[in-house]
Amino acid sequence: MTTTESAPSTEYRVIGTNPVRPDGVDKVTGRAVYGADVRLPGMLYGKVLRSPHAHALVKRVDASKALALPGVHAVLTNADFPEPLEPVMQTVRGPQPTRWDTERILAGRKVLFRGHPVAAVCATDPHVAEDAAALIEVEYEVLQAVATLDDALAPDAPILHDDGLASLVDGLFDPVDGKPSNIARQFTLGFGDLEAGFAQADIVLERQYETAMYHQGYIEPHNATAVWNRDGKVTIWTSTQGAFGIRQNVARVLNLPLGDLRVIPAEIGGGFGAKNVVYLEPIAALLSRKTGRPVQLTMNRTEVLEATGPTSGTRSWIKVGATKEGKLLAADVRLEFEAGAYPGSPVAGGARCALGPYVVPNQRVVGLDVVLNRPKTAAYRAPGAPAGEFPVESILDELAEQLDIDPMELRLRNCTALGMPRSDGAVQGNIGAREVMQAVISHPHYRSETVGADIGRGVAMGFWQNGGGESSAYAMVHADGRVTLVTGSVDIGGQRAALAMQFAEAMGIAYEDINSLVGDTDTIGFTGNTGGSRTTFATGWAVYQAAMDVREQLEQRAARIWECAADEVAYDPSDAALHGPDGKVMTFKEAARRLPGTGGMIQGQADIVSTNVGKVGACFGAHIADVHVDRETGKVTVLRYTAVQDVGKAIHPAYVEGQIQGGAVQGIGMALNEEYVYDSNGRMLNASFLDYRMPVANDLPMIDTVLVEVPNPGHPYGVRGVGEVPIIPPLGAIANAIHDAIGVRVTSLPASPRVILELLDEQAGGA
Amino acid sequence: MTTETGRPALEARDALDERIVVTATINGDERSWLSSSRDSLLEALRERLQLTGSKEGCNNGNCGACSVILDGRLVNSCLVMAAEVEGASVTTVEGLARPEALHPLQTAFLENAALQCGICTPGFLVASSALLAQNTAPSEEEIRFWLAGNLCRCTGYDKIIRAVQQAAEEVRTGVHRSPIAGTGTHGAEAGVESNTAIEGE
Repeated sequence: MTTTESAPSTEYRVIGTNPVRPDGVDKVTGRAVYGADVRLPGMLYGKVLRSPHAHALVKRVDASKALALPGVHAVLTNADFPEPLEPVMQTVRGPQPTRWDTERILAGRKVLFRGHPVAAVCATDPHVAEDAAALIEVEYEVLQAVATLDDALAPDAPILHDDGLASLVDGLFDPVDGKPSNIARQFTLGFGDLEAGFAQADIVLERQYETAMYHQGYIEPHNATAVWNRDGKVTIWTSTQGAFGIRQNVARVLNLPLGDLRVIPAEIGGGFGAKNVVYLEPIAALLSRKTGRPVQLTMNRTEVLEATGPTSGTRSWIKVGATKEGKLLAADVRLEFEAGAYPGSPVAGGARCALGPYVVPNQRVVGLDVVLNRPKTAAYRAPGAPAGEFPVESILDELAEQLDIDPMELRLRNCTALGMPRSDGAVQGNIGAREVMQAVISHPHYRSETVGADIGRGVAMGFWQNGGGESSAYAMVHADGRVTLVTGSVDIGGQRAALAMQFAEAMGIAYEDINSLVGDTDTIGFTGNTGGSRTTFATGWAVYQAAMDVREQLEQRAARIWECAADEVAYDPSDAALHGPDGKVMTFKEAARRLPGTGGMIQGQADIVSTNVGKVGACFGAHIADVHVDRETGKVTVLRYTAVQDVGKAIHPAYVEGQIQGGAVQGIGMALNEEYVYDSNGRMLNASFLDYRMPVANDLPMIDTVLVEVPNPGHPYGVRGVGEVPIIPPLGAIANAIHDAIGVRVTSLPASPRVILELLDEQAGGA
Repeated sequence: MTTETGRPALEARDALDERIVVTATINGDERSWLSSSRDSLLEALRERLQLTGSKEGCNNGNCGACSVILDGRLVNSCLVMAAEVEGASVTTVEGLARPEALHPLQTAFLENAALQCGICTPGFLVASSALLAQNTAPSEEEIRFWLAGNLCRCTGYDKIIRAVQQAAEEVRTGVHRSPIAGTGTHGAEAGVESNTAIEGE
């Protein structure tokens, strides 16, 4: 059952409907061109040779046999990268030596994870390229792998970054007890007086939790196609969440002026945060420079799993104190996140969000970013938040049980609200946390009884602060009243539609009259990535402003036609017409028709920074999960699932539901099925979709959604980002449901059959 | 110290890498092409025939994004050698629509918001068409089990299942829904169906 909890709105004509997306037909007929579908004349195919070792020195690379193979055109190693112009680069997770980026893309003196690229080759045929890669000889001196957090934090641990580059950046890999360390960064958030808070508490609980390393699991592997023209201009086609981010990162490692590099975003087959990182793009570009021909590289699934950016495996410790009425007084949280081979885990996101839904007057959240011999982690939907919030949602369930308070009622008693501080010092804006909790409590699913043996129910909250940033849009008005709308936001799940709908609403014209397109780095102004749940909000703002620009220009044109002052003309979207003095009216279509003879065509444009025009609306969700646990096999089956979320205003409700359903199922995967399995040498043992077990259709029930609409006052249509939050609550909701079903607390996810059977054994032994 | 090369048995390459002419009926057209004996059907479709609608997600039969129909059977084209389709008939996603209209599944996927990124969509459409060819009244459970070999990471499957149910109804009743329009509310209507209503079908 999908329900929308807001007064039926008659104020919108287009917003709130469910039109078919502009790219829909291309995507159901196989015509949409994804990155790997790009075909250029004379194109060569590249292949990357990767390290079989997790930690080793590269002593020698000999490509002579590969180059001798007929059909092979070039081989590339790290030595082909120019020395970086700027020794330190800014990344979303802090400054780092630029050299680490080129060495991540193609290894230098060391390989730091299994699958680390060592060399690349290109040839006339993909099979020949594979053969050629296999002919490249590499001599390694194998080093002891730092395979786990324990390995990494051991006092005598091998040090991954022993090349001295870390000293370029203040606060990176500070020595611990005077010795080099694998702890890249450590930080503390919070406020209040922890000791006093715990001293006043009637009840104090302290627990430890773990979550596995998970992959985003997008079905489309990474790819890149590049042409390095003889005039020095470089064009790259790639599946990415943001062409401008790719341009910046490629330009940095290749020392290219931004103006010489054009990045064209192909259709993208899923990203979930991970397709903002460059892997193949610089390799394709350099191979193209060497050969003078277009070069395409695509990863296979093993490469994606072993050598792109999954999210961190984590370990956490939490202590909470509360009154016997369930009022939280103090919380102390420590999060240890695996960064992978280079610094930059999403531990800061986890720390910011962990206590987000709640008012905790005395709190401390400590975060550690730890490197080890695994691929460098990347963003994954609400980066850091699932692992950061799982411990809190679990321990609150236990607290509710011990205090005999309904678990959602306990949460409601501690619910955050407008003006309350968050762990990072930010203050909550106009949010729907309370409305979400109340919607759960009154929902028929929550009010129903669970019936049957070994069946249980769990609930959990999720919080994500959402993103804003820069976006651009322009809108060309055609003489027949149609409009071409171009934005810089890659369409990863219906953005063309959601943006065209906002433009249509602002103009009062039909959605069908708009051609909604995605520009590239040379055809649209700077626009941030499609990620962080920012696009419908921030690019929506840009689209709205572009519509205002069109309206203003139309008013000026009408004033000229009517020979009156511009301020005597007003565009009214409710009838899509210009209104002038003496009752003069000219419809948008009519005005468009008259543009050519009255001064020429017009286009509206906008480039916005969201903080200058509005305010990001934070997002809260709550999930209700019913599960059955098979005591014999340890298998957990999700029987019923309801996801409640404050969505601000759902522009396209069906696509909003889709975001919630998809996010929930990724979270269910984290809770139940998915995990990276490594051996002690840092070798991934399950690098295929058969063994890295993502949820499939027959694992799941329908995912019911409840769209709570508490409009974000910082957006003209009340939009809040909706994509991130739904991945967060499933971890806690499922673990809590398992406890309700069979009485064991899962503290280490995923709750795979092995984990469940071990817990049942413990339970039996202890009974 | 160790020296590694990726594949020691590479000397056998020449013997493996024979050039062969393959002739097959692809989406109703007889096509002949030059393939490497190492080409999978998926590679032949994508690289030799420029039919890039079939997608490579895993290249080992686990994701279903390359699903095609080979002589009436649903297969993963990455697990079929190109040489095996000599004389056979292959239908890919590019062959689902008729010249005048989309396949009911294609329309239903659009109207039910059953795709987000769209990379798995060709595989789901082909696999679902194979289901409807043999069962025009599949239960929710039958659809879920039939599609268990197709991975989707965006949707959580909910809207895909509903889209297949809608298309099945259209195939069963012979009533083709109205052509795609921009103001459709089908997605919302489909979205408010409850679980229990679906289980009863």
